[in-house]
Amino acid sequence: MSQALLKIKNLKTSFRIKDDYYAAVDDVSLTVNKNEVLAIVGESGCGKSALAFSIMGLHNRAKIEGNILFKGKDLANASPTEWSKIRGKEMGMIFQDPLTALNPLMIIGDQIGEAIYLHNKNISKEQRKLKVIDLLEKVGIPHPERVYDQFPHELSGGMRQRVVIATAIANQPELLIADEPTTALDVTIQSQILDLMKQLKEDMDAGIIMITHDLGVVAEMADRVAVMYAGQIVEIADVYTLFENPQHPYTRSLLNSVPNNKEASSKLHVIQGIVPSLQFLPRKGCRFSARIPWIDVSAHEENPQLHEIEPGHFVRCSCYKHFHFPEEEVQ
Amino acid sequence: MSILKVKDLKVHFPIKGGIFGRTVDYVKAVDGVSFSIEKGMTYGLVGESGSGKTTTGRAIIGLNKITSGNVLFEGKDITSYRRAKADYYKDVQMIFQDPYSSLNPRKRVLDIVAEPLRNFEKLSRQEEKKRVQELLELVGLSPESILKYPHQFSGGQRQRIGIARAIALKPKLIIADEPVSALDVSVQAQVLNFMQDIQKELDLTYLFISHDLGVIRHMCNRIGIMYKGRYVEEGTTEDIFNNPQHIYTKRLVAAIPDIDPNKRKEHAKFRQEVQREYEQSFNDYFDENGLAYDLQSISDTHLVALPKKG
Amino acid sequence: MWKFTVRRILIMIPQIILLSVLIFIMAKMMPGDALSGLIDPNIDPETIAEQREKLGLNDPWHIQYANWVKDLFQGDLGMSFRYKMPVTELIGQRLANTVWLSLLTLVLIYAISIPLGLISGRYNDTWLDRVITGYTYIGFATPLFIFALVMLWFFGFTLGWFPTGGSVQPGVESGTFEYVMNRIYHMLLPALSMALITTVSTVQYLRNEIIDTKQKDFILTARAKGASESRIYNRHILRNSLLPIAAFFGYEITGLIGGTVFVESIFSYPGMGQLFLESIVQRDYSVATSLTLLFGIATILGALLSDIILSLVDPRIRIK
Repeated sequence: MSQALLKIKNLKTSFRIKDDYYAAVDDVSLTVNKNEVLAIVGESGCGKSALAFSIMGLHNRAKIEGNILFKGKDLANASPTEWSKIRGKEMGMIFQDPLTALNPLMIIGDQIGEAIYLHNKNISKEQRKLKVIDLLEKVGIPHPERVYDQFPHELSGGMRQRVVIATAIANQPELLIADEPTTALDVTIQSQILDLMKQLKEDMDAGIIMITHDLGVVAEMADRVAVMYAGQIVEIADVYTLFENPQHPYTRSLLNSVPNNKEASSKLHVIQGIVPSLQFLPRKGCRFSARIPWIDVSAHEENPQLHEIEPGHFVRCSCYKHFHFPEEEVQ
Repeated sequence: MSILKVKDLKVHFPIKGGIFGRTVDYVKAVDGVSFSIEKGMTYGLVGESGSGKTTTGRAIIGLNKITSGNVLFEGKDITSYRRAKADYYKDVQMIFQDPYSSLNPRKRVLDIVAEPLRNFEKLSRQEEKKRVQELLELVGLSPESILKYPHQFSGGQRQRIGIARAIALKPKLIIADEPVSALDVSVQAQVLNFMQDIQKELDLTYLFISHDLGVIRHMCNRIGIMYKGRYVEEGTTEDIFNNPQHIYTKRLVAAIPDIDPNKRKEHAKFRQEVQREYEQSFNDYFDENGLAYDLQSISDTHLVALPKKG
Repeated sequence: MWKFTVRRILIMIPQIILLSVLIFIMAKMMPGDALSGLIDPNIDPETIAEQREKLGLNDPWHIQYANWVKDLFQGDLGMSFRYKMPVTELIGQRLANTVWLSLLTLVLIYAISIPLGLISGRYNDTWLDRVITGYTYIGFATPLFIFALVMLWFFGFTLGWFPTGGSVQPGVESGTFEYVMNRIYHMLLPALSMALITTVSTVQYLRNEIIDTKQKDFILTARAKGASESRIYNRHILRNSLLPIAAFFGYEITGLIGGTVFVESIFSYPGMGQLFLESIVQRDYSVATSLTLLFGIATILGALLSDIILSLVDPRIRIK
C-alpha cells in the first residue's frame, strides 16, 4: 500500500448554535493515500461538506477536535498563516458551483495567476502568464490565450469548472478536495470533467477526496468509499466491495433508492423518515435506528463503533447483521 | 387518442439590440417540435441546459408565448380557441423544479394548496378545508399540516405540497419540470414512487422534463431527446436506451455513469469511442448550422433526425 | 459601450422635455407673471395690457412655452424681479460657490463612509461595528436642517471656531493661496454638516455590500488558493463592494442638491440653494423656475453619470 497522505483521527467539528455546540462531523477517522480517490458519499446534511471544509481549514467559527495529519503534520489547530501556506499549494479545492466560484470582476488569467503568485512571489509576470496558459491548456480549454483575458461570465459552465480546476492544481497540490464538482453540470460535461480529474490524478500522483451524493459518480471515480450519515462514517470500503457487498443498512438503502437501469418501472426503495437536523441529531446509540424502526432495538449497539468485517471494510454498529428490508422475508 | 398533441411548436425570443432597442435577431429556443402523448403514459423530454426542454413545457402550459405551431389538448386546439382555455388551465397543471422557491414562504399550506381551488371552484370555507386535508393525506402529509408554513417542511415534503397543489383540480395532464433534481436520492425515490402511485390512482398523464437520464428511464414510456430547440430522436424507452441511432443520443447515453465499478474501464473505453465518432461524424448528423435535421421514422415507434437520403 | 451611452443620452431627451413642460406649467399656474414685479402703480392699466400683449403673455400656452424654450437656448432665463438683473448672471455668480461646496461635501462623504463602511462590514457584530451602525441610525433619524443649526450654534457661535456666514472674508484678494484657504475655511462647517448626515446611507450600503460579498463562493475560492485575510479584503471584497457604491455616485449628487438648499440658507452661504429658498420666499418666480429646471437637469445628469460609471466598472455590463 502506498504512503498515507492524509490521516484523520477522531475528527469532531462542532458549531455553536445559541449556547451549545453541535457536532456536524463526529468521530471521523480516515486516510487518503497518494494517487487514490476517496469518495465521501451522503445526503445533504450528513456532514460531508463540513468535513471537507475542516480538512481545508475553511471553517471560521467552528470548534475542531481530533487530528488532521497531513504528511505527518497536525493541521487541526494550525494558525491562519500556516494555513495560507498550505492551502492552494499542497491542498487544492474544487467547488460545486462554477458559476459563483469565480470572481466576476477579475479576468480568468488573474484568478489563476493569483494562486501561483501567492506561493511563489519570485516568478515574473511574463512567466506567470505562460504558466497560466499552460494550465488552461492542461485542463482542456481551447484558445487559452484568448480565455486568459476573458471574464468568467463569458465562459460556459463546463469551461468555468475547468478554470476552477486549473486554479486548484496551479501549484501541483498533493491533495485535491472536490466538493460535488459535477453536480451543477450536464451529463456529457460531467463525464469530461471526471475524465479530466482522473487524468490529473495520474499526472500529479495526487490524492483526491471526492465529495458527492451521486453513486454513479462514485462508481466511476472512486478507489475507496466512505459513506456518511448524520456526521459519522457508517461504512468504509474499497469501491468494488461497497457496491458488491454493502453491509450497513444506510448504504444498502441508498443503493436501492437509485433508479437503476436494470429493472425499469419497479418500485424504488424509500428510506423512512427524514435526515435529522444538526440540533436534533441523536447523541446516543445508532443514529440510523430511527429510520429502520422494523429492526429490533436490541440489534443496535449502545455506543456504535466501526467494525472491521473484512480487511479494509468497516461498518458502524452491529445492526447490519440483523438488517433486512421490510418487504424481505426474515430468515 | 392522444391526450396532448404538439404540432411544429416554435418559441422564439427576440434579441434587442442597437441604440433604439429594436429586435435584431431571435433566439430560437424551440424550433419546430412535434410530439404527442397518449393518455396515462409518461412522456420524457430530455436535453442538456439550453436544449429548450423547459421552454417547451412552459409554452404548452401557457407560461411562454408560442411563436407558431399548435397545441392540441384532447383534440381541441388551445392555441386558437380562447374559450377552450379555462378548462385547459384546470386540466393541465405544473410541478416545478425547486421545492424551496416555488412555494410562497408567507402563505400557509392551506392557502397554497387551495389557491387553484379558489380560482376555479366555488367552495365554502369548510369544504375547501376538507378538500385540502384530503389532498394532503393523499400526498402523505398529515392533515394537521394545513396551518404550517413551507419552511417547516423538508425538501421532499415541500415537493409533495407542490404536487398536492397540482392535483387539487383533478387535472388530466401534469407537466413536471425537473421535479426531483433538487432533492437527495432517498427523497427523490420517495417523490418518484409517489408520482407513480397517484398516476395510477388518478389516471394521470405526465410530461416529465429532466436532464437526468436515470430518472427518465425509470419513469417514462416514451422519450424525446432535444438539442438546441429541436428533436434529435424520439422513441420508446427501449429504443432510446438500447438502440440509440443519433450520435447525440448515443453520446448522452454513454455519458451516464455506470453504477457498477467493475465496468468502469469498459465503459470509459466505450465513451471514448462514442466521443470519437461524435467528433468525426458531427457533420453527418447536423446541418450546416449545427442543428438537427427533421425526424424520419425508422420503425413504428422510433424517429431519428437524419438528413434526407439522396 | 458607446452604444449604451448614446442610448442612455437619447432616453434623457424626453425626460428633460417633460421636466421643462412641467416646470413651465407650474410657473404659469403661480399667481403673477413676469411683468408683475416691474409694474409701477402709477402706470395705467391699459398700458399694462398693451405691454402684456407685446410680451406675448396673452398667447396660447404652447406658443409661450416655445418662446420660453427659445430664450432658454439663447441663455435668457428672464429677469430677477428682486435683484433687477438677468437671472443667467445672477445664477452664474452663485453656481461656482455651490459647485465648490458640493465637491468638498462629496470628498468628505467618501472620506467618512469608506473607512467606516469597511470596518463595520469586515468586523460585523463586534462592538466597533455596533458603534458605527449606532451612528448611522442617529444619522438617519436626524433631520439635516436641525443638525446643521446645532453645528452652526455650537462650532460657529459657542466655540467660535468657524465663520457663521458668507463664502469668503471681505478684503482677501482673490487668486492668492490665502484666498483659497479662506474659501475652504468658510465651506468646511456647512460641508461637514451635510456630509455627516448624508454619508450614513453610504456607510450602511457599503457595510451590507461587504457582508454580502464576504459570503460569496469566490471568496472561498480565494481562501482555498491560500490568500491571506487582508489580501482577500483588499483584492476581492473591496473592489466588488465598491462597485455599487461607485454607481451610487451620480445619485449622491442628486441628494446633495436637496441638502444645499437647507445648508446654504442656514450658513448664509451665497450659493444656488440659498438663492432658491430666497426666491421662493420672495416670489421671485423667474429665478425659482430657472433653478428648478437647473436642479432637475442636474438630477437627470446624475442618474446618467451613475449608469455610465456602472457600465465602465462592471465588465458584465461593459460587454453589451
